[in-house]
Amino acid sequence: MSNITRDQFDVLVVGGGPAGLAAATCAAECGRHVGVVDDNPALGGQIWRGEVGKAASEAVDWYARLRAAGANVLCGARVFHQPEPEVLLAEAPDGPLELKYKKLILATGARERFLPFPGWTLPNVMGAGGLQALVKSGLPIAGKRVVVAGSGPLLLAVAAYLRQHGAEIPIICEQASWGSLVGFSLALLRQPQKVRQGFALRKQLAGISFAASSWPVSARGERAVEEVVISQSGKNKTVPCDYLACGFHLVPNSELAALLGCRLRDDLVQVDDYQQTSVAGIFCAGEPTGIGGLELSLVEGRIAGLAAGGSAPAAKPLFAEREKLRKFARVLDRTFSLRAELRGLPLPETIVCRCEDVTCSRLAQHTSWRAAKLQTRCGMGPCQARVCGPATGFLFGWAQDSIRPPIFPTRFENLITFSPEAERSEITGGRG
Amino acid sequence: MSGLTYDVVVVGAGIVGAACAEECARQGLRVAIIDRDVIGGGATAAGMGHIVVMDDSEAQFALTRYSQQLWQQLRQELPADVEYEPCGTIWVATDEEEMAEVRRKQNYYAQRGVPTEVLDPQTLERLEPNLRKGMAGGLLVPEDVVLYPPCAARFLIERAQGAGAKLHLGSSVSQIGNGLVRLADGTEFSAAAIINAAGAWASALNPGVNVKKRKGHLAITDRYPGFIRHQLVELGYLKSAHSTSADSVAFNVQPRKTGQILVGSSRQYGAEHGEVDTGVLTRMLQRAQEYMPRLAELSTIRVWTGFRAATPDKLPLIGPCLGDPALFLATGHEGLGITTSLATARLLVDQIAGRNPAIPIEPYLPSRVPAEHAYA
Repeated sequence: MSNITRDQFDVLVVGGGPAGLAAATCAAECGRHVGVVDDNPALGGQIWRGEVGKAASEAVDWYARLRAAGANVLCGARVFHQPEPEVLLAEAPDGPLELKYKKLILATGARERFLPFPGWTLPNVMGAGGLQALVKSGLPIAGKRVVVAGSGPLLLAVAAYLRQHGAEIPIICEQASWGSLVGFSLALLRQPQKVRQGFALRKQLAGISFAASSWPVSARGERAVEEVVISQSGKNKTVPCDYLACGFHLVPNSELAALLGCRLRDDLVQVDDYQQTSVAGIFCAGEPTGIGGLELSLVEGRIAGLAAGGSAPAAKPLFAEREKLRKFARVLDRTFSLRAELRGLPLPETIVCRCEDVTCSRLAQHTSWRAAKLQTRCGMGPCQARVCGPATGFLFGWAQDSIRPPIFPTRFENLITFSPEAERSEITGGRG
Repeated sequence: MSGLTYDVVVVGAGIVGAACAEECARQGLRVAIIDRDVIGGGATAAGMGHIVVMDDSEAQFALTRYSQQLWQQLRQELPADVEYEPCGTIWVATDEEEMAEVRRKQNYYAQRGVPTEVLDPQTLERLEPNLRKGMAGGLLVPEDVVLYPPCAARFLIERAQGAGAKLHLGSSVSQIGNGLVRLADGTEFSAAAIINAAGAWASALNPGVNVKKRKGHLAITDRYPGFIRHQLVELGYLKSAHSTSADSVAFNVQPRKTGQILVGSSRQYGAEHGEVDTGVLTRMLQRAQEYMPRLAELSTIRVWTGFRAATPDKLPLIGPCLGDPALFLATGHEGLGITTSLATARLLVDQIAGRNPAIPIEPYLPSRVPAEHAYA
């Protein structure tokens, strides 16, 4: 059995994206012994992936502050279980970690939402953020044609990034209507940072065609995607491509919060003014409390870090900024909410659950997630419904059932590393 | 009058209720099946899904063997998603003492017409190379089967519906007895016979029914086809399954048709909450890893719990409930509900319809065990 590594923190932060970095930094600056655990090889989260080493990024400043404050960084470790209150278990390359904490900050971020349509399981059809991450870790994209489609501001950022790295972007398809996008732009004007980002993006995206009220109808190809049929202003149009980068806005990673018993509403973690969840001592910051983007994540992280670090009064002045950003988040939510037509994208034979190969027509025979799951195995595979859960939530209005450990697949032996002494004497082996 | 009238109302759409409904409907009775949740959502979904002969007592053997043969007769009609897989069970012996038990078991089964094969250490290692080296041997019971229970329950319910049965899901039952079933929403069903097949919740509907919740944990791995080929059970399993007080764990793994490995088992009394109990889970998985060291490396994707319906003498309650001639029990199947569901349905409908049963019913009649005092 691999050896377990044990560590103990005043404040443990799960997730090393902007919210987690800000939280860990602020808690450490309060003089607390802080650990930040993240399943990626480096800090930065999805948005700052690969940027902590680069100059001229806000990420660098936070990383320097974090180091100066003396927080411990545990990368490549994925939290999968809470064996007892105030202890988390994480899987790491050199064996499991047992992490004890007094205060916990959940900064677990968000993931892309995928919607099934014919051909979405073809090779080279991938998440927009997923493709960006692959390019960041070395996938050559220069000269490739990438159709970017789905919904949300991430599409623009990904398109700009891919173009910078030599990709050709034939079109960006946004399912939201021009009408709602105009409202979004007006809201952007009230956010100076966002305006700056917007101008920069516009420059990077100059000349790329952008279609609103547009979405992928099907992806086609022999061994991998070769063309995508898009719906644009009510008409179908075929666009040849080498990749389809596709994501329908974001869904919060709230599984760990749910496992810990934190109250959720519509999959969002409910928090008080100090970002504390319904479980005392457990805080949450960033996307799991509501999809709001970088700036909101940072300010929520700072508030959570200060509160968990014991300097709650110092967090108060940040409330106003947070409130402004939350207004923006609500606009974001409205703008990129999915249109009903997208429910009609999958054909009866389209696969919805990729892990277990469950088609749309098999799911449509059922009236609840639990019935569908038991009868078809939908959601029972290694992704633990992270893909098909949000998809069926949108397609059928199904709510997921309860969360159980492990919240990520883990090596069998990792589940037996933790054995509270008290329990050992009470339980006899099968042979008595 | 909003009442609905049936010959039989079955409360509980788990495997036992499904089998009872199917058997009743096939006899031409007008049947309704009621469940607060979905088809097979309780112990049927949570359990391992095996059809096995067991020899803890003569009565247990008679019921499991009878039911296994009923499953064999049904086999050709089972749809693919039931995943009926006659992989056989190997009872694994770690030492000479357990080999003596292997030989006793073989003798017992041979006398009763159940084919078995005693495995020497070399044969066991060839059949199951991922077991720990140095086992003393084992007993192969080739007619044992694993299947996927939620789809088996659905199949039986669909057959019942094909014969006219009506299914009411998502309705909680607030009261049953005296020919009447009342739902929480006020709907009433009247019936000549009511079958309480609510598993571990049977006593919540009819206080005094002597079943207790016995909690279990299971874990399942990702797909590793061929890692094991038979259901594997430690011989100490009986001591675990049939001790009636202490919490216990035992090595019991199954190959699923998907290539996944289902890992059990644990037994706990007094646990009311469905949360994963880390201490018990740890002990259960440790036990499995002792028998099968290479399990350590496999990716484990889910862990869950469920509640068996346990009786004091480890046999199910099949028959009329004392004090209410119109109320029948079909519960208390502990860990053998999938196996014994079909026989339960036959024996119960034999009583309702006045047919001659294929095996003596006395050991399963609810009147054999004292009722739990409702306010004890």
